[in-house]
Amino acid sequence: MPTTDNAFATALRLVLHLDPALREIVALSLQVSLAAVAVGALIGLPLGAALALWRFPGRGAVVVVLNALMGLPPVVAGLAVYLLLSRAGPLGQFGLLFTPGAMVVAQVLLILPIIAALTRQQVEELHAEYREQLQSLGLSRLRRIPTLLWDARFGLMTVILAGFGRASAEVGAVMIVGGNIDGVTRVMTTAIVLETSKGNLPLALGLGLVLLALVTLINGAAYLVGETARRRLG
Amino acid sequence: MPKAGLILAALALMGPSLNAAAQNIGHITLASTTSTENSGLFGAIIPAFTEATGIEVRVVAVGTGQAFEIARRGDADSLLVHDTEGETRFVADGHGTERADVMYNDYVLVGPAGDPAAIADAETAAEAFALIAAAEAPFASRGDDSGTHRAEQRRWEAAGIAPASPWYRELGSGMGATLNTAAAMDAYAMTDRATWVAFDNRQGLALLFEGDETLFNQYGSVRISPERHPHLKHDLAAQWHEWLLSEAGQQAIADFRVDGQQLFFPNAE
Repeated sequence: MPTTDNAFATALRLVLHLDPALREIVALSLQVSLAAVAVGALIGLPLGAALALWRFPGRGAVVVVLNALMGLPPVVAGLAVYLLLSRAGPLGQFGLLFTPGAMVVAQVLLILPIIAALTRQQVEELHAEYREQLQSLGLSRLRRIPTLLWDARFGLMTVILAGFGRASAEVGAVMIVGGNIDGVTRVMTTAIVLETSKGNLPLALGLGLVLLALVTLINGAAYLVGETARRRLG
Repeated sequence: MPKAGLILAALALMGPSLNAAAQNIGHITLASTTSTENSGLFGAIIPAFTEATGIEVRVVAVGTGQAFEIARRGDADSLLVHDTEGETRFVADGHGTERADVMYNDYVLVGPAGDPAAIADAETAAEAFALIAAAEAPFASRGDDSGTHRAEQRRWEAAGIAPASPWYRELGSGMGATLNTAAAMDAYAMTDRATWVAFDNRQGLALLFEGDETLFNQYGSVRISPERHPHLKHDLAAQWHEWLLSEAGQQAIADFRVDGQQLFFPNAE
């Protein structure tokens, strides 16, 4: 297949030449997705843990909604954030639309349910295992959250990586709220859509390969860090 | 701890660029169409404008229908689209203060090089559309309420035809995506000439019909109403609007070439 061959050649050329436009796009992709993952984890981890520990009326419904939101279509998240941040919307005065900030907000909306829902499941299982020990230590539920999160850290790392994967792969949300503006809000995925629409399929696929390589690198780094920590801690 | 590492890395990375984007000094947001952006026109003319005025132009390239919506909600400082009827209505409804002709090019009909409906021999655009319908040859329509889609619908209407599936396929896609699909299913399609010339994935598609005056494609610049949207950068947007119509702007448009071919013809009054 000529397109595929060209794509590999294009991907190699892009990487070897360190094309400045590509560097900018890659940097922005990482900034936006990592920022979204950071915010998503800061909110999602404690939220998921709290949901695992507390019992309240309607909890089942919250769990179901959270699980369902893992399948939220990115374009819907993008549209919701667009309407929120648009000048005619409730948060319009901040002028966030068509900025990387808006893209982070949209991606947080996509990642948060994944991190919270998977964290709840992991912490709940762990808690079932350690409940009596924690009770005998006299720890309040609030105090148990950091303990349980720390104990579940290796599993939660995969949860965070799942969130990162969702963020770096989606295009529907960042396209709408970012606008794919050259040099301002253009990221890897929106650049791929643009090149596809120009009929420049080798470049589009080449960019896709670069993105895939990048995500693999980050996952590899996370794996190494995790393995090292696991071995050191026995 | 990996999580802390990730967060630190993210915060370190996000600092400069998010701040820079929030500063909002000296740039305008222009809602425009995919044809102008994808053909490379903006990449060619905006640097000249920025050099002359110091104003950066950020282009959000979408279908004309969506561009109107973005402008209506106050999310763009200026509008450059190709639906004269829609633009006039936009101004009449009070969303804009004025519209002006900037440039034109034309629509062309492309299709499988074998031309099963024989539209290459048609005398008029209406005849070409009628031939496609008579042959029930696959036709890929944008179907996305864009300027091109609206123009295409007017051509069917003028030919007295109500196109129907299965041969008439509404894709709901941008121009480039529509051409990709048309190439894959050997369908006819109507496209603006700029997107066609700059398009790389033609496969078996060829330009089959052109030159009818009803395929004229006018682009207009619209100024947004300061009363409706006082927060917009009207002074900067006015400079952009005036520059497009000025001799310098018109010359920059005329000088833009793809493969030696002029794609947009300035016609400001």
